[in-house]
Amino acid sequence: MVTGERALSTREAVEHRLRAGGGDTAGLVLQGALLLTLLISLGVLVVLVADILIRAIPVIAERPIDFLTSPLSSRPARAGILQGIIGSVLLMAFVATIALPLGIGAAVYLEEYARDTWLSRLIRTNIRNLAGVPSIVFGLMGLAIFVSTLGLGKSLIAGGLTLAVLVLPIAVITTSEALRAVPLSIREAALGVGATRWETVRSHVVPYAAPGILTGTILSLARAFGETAPLLMVGAIAGTFSSGGIGDMLGGSYTALPVIVFSWSGQPQDEFRTLTAAAIVVLLLVILLVNASAIVLRNRYDRRW
Amino acid sequence: MTASSSRASLTPSDLRIAPGRRRREAAIRGFFLAAAAVSILVTGAIVFSLLGNALYFLINVDKGALFSDGWFPRRGMYDIRTIVAGTLVISAVAMLVATPLGLGAGIYLSEYATPRVRRLLKPILETLASIPSVVLGFFALTWISPNIIQPLTGAPLSTMASAGLAVGILITPLVASISEDAMHAVPSYLREASYGLGARKRTTSLRVVFPAAVSGIVAALLLGVSRAIGETMIVAIAAGGTGGSLFEVNPLEPGQTMTAAMTALAIGSDQVRGAELTFESLFFVGLLLFVITLTLNLVSDAFVRRVRRAY
Repeated sequence: MVTGERALSTREAVEHRLRAGGGDTAGLVLQGALLLTLLISLGVLVVLVADILIRAIPVIAERPIDFLTSPLSSRPARAGILQGIIGSVLLMAFVATIALPLGIGAAVYLEEYARDTWLSRLIRTNIRNLAGVPSIVFGLMGLAIFVSTLGLGKSLIAGGLTLAVLVLPIAVITTSEALRAVPLSIREAALGVGATRWETVRSHVVPYAAPGILTGTILSLARAFGETAPLLMVGAIAGTFSSGGIGDMLGGSYTALPVIVFSWSGQPQDEFRTLTAAAIVVLLLVILLVNASAIVLRNRYDRRW
Repeated sequence: MTASSSRASLTPSDLRIAPGRRRREAAIRGFFLAAAAVSILVTGAIVFSLLGNALYFLINVDKGALFSDGWFPRRGMYDIRTIVAGTLVISAVAMLVATPLGLGAGIYLSEYATPRVRRLLKPILETLASIPSVVLGFFALTWISPNIIQPLTGAPLSTMASAGLAVGILITPLVASISEDAMHAVPSYLREASYGLGARKRTTSLRVVFPAAVSGIVAALLLGVSRAIGETMIVAIAAGGTGGSLFEVNPLEPGQTMTAAMTALAIGSDQVRGAELTFESLFFVGLLLFVITLTLNLVSDAFVRRVRRAY
């Protein structure tokens, strides 16, 4: 060591000493291991998507349109997901018309109107905790309140209300974050020229927060789209049934795309494995497209103040 | 407005808000307050519906049935230990997966990744987080079990281990994102002080940033456990306890969790009405699940707030 040091320049000697006699191998190993954890997640994602796509090939290749437009059937060769698509679309319509206005309204109240009182603190804590309640518990609540007490029965309306309630806390939290990102000075500018609270919110805060609110609400809809457990609780059909049309589904038996995935994945025949994979492809396609568009939207309108 | 048109000086009444405008303002505020209050109504509805039916179940059930050999509600056997044990086994397997994967990803994204790399890698976790649990359940049954669990152990197709692995994958993004936030919140002067003393990146990350963010990291893990306990579809599809289960703690055997037990009851719900107490037992299990996850969430919330107070 001592003999070697004489040959080094001062700078090299100092660096050598600072590095305690060598490169940081352990540090590199750590960094590699940390990166590996992310790559494992990526690997899982790739394997999952690839595996399901490969499984779904027979259906996608042989009857892509027929699969989408056929009703449920116990015969694999004829089974399709039409009722699931109709059910899911109707359920989303319910969620969008009930949960989103309420969620955005609640967030506006908490961020723009509420002072730090016991009531607003209670509401805030309550919403945070609701967001952590398992979705199946929301299903039980729907079963007791919407299906039994309100007498809606095992109908699509009860399912839609249950999903709306489930999504509500998520919509509030994401909207709150978007509103909080708008700087105070924007509000002060509006209030300073004599605008009321509501005028400030409508003309200044919400337009600036709109991309964030939109992304948040889109993502919460995507979440509702994939929910299964609460729908099973409130009586979505996990089996085969026949239905006339949209009107029929509103009042009577209904199902949704993820419920079909669940129901088919319990069937032992290989043909149903293929059908399940094909239904998952449709489900994932919608969810991944929605998520991708939300990410693009966020990146495009991401504003730093 | 008035001041510019006429020369007359401005009086306080010119600045007063018009009554119509004030009324509209109050009405809108009322609507927003009502929207916010709905959340309290929802909590009330949850507690009310769970408590009522759960109490009915507890009063009327044969107490011996709560501690029998297994969970077979249709035969009147409601062994709570069976479904609690199943839930704990699956959550434990899930945390074995999610703790290293989630924390590793969190540390890497917060301490090592450059902004460019972050933009590239973060969507992986976001995409993984958006996959519905019913899809992961199918994946657990048809890929994880035959390709990982069965070759290694020779276990049956449906096991708590394969379901637990999938639940772990499900909660990894959650653990990663919360622990990343916690480490991101550690002020940079702590890192700079560490570098100033001559510490390396790995020492700074593991011995300075990680301990400083430890409350947030504990919170992330607790939330992960809470989510694992409440996860339903993966377990219902892949753990194999659909018809009921004997008491089982070996992860390489099929098992029943609280959530899967509820699903099984609800699917056969037409019979549920007929059979004595099975409908109410659904709510008793739900109440148990609600209390456990709520406790975990509250404790984790307290940890998060400790981080926020510290900096």
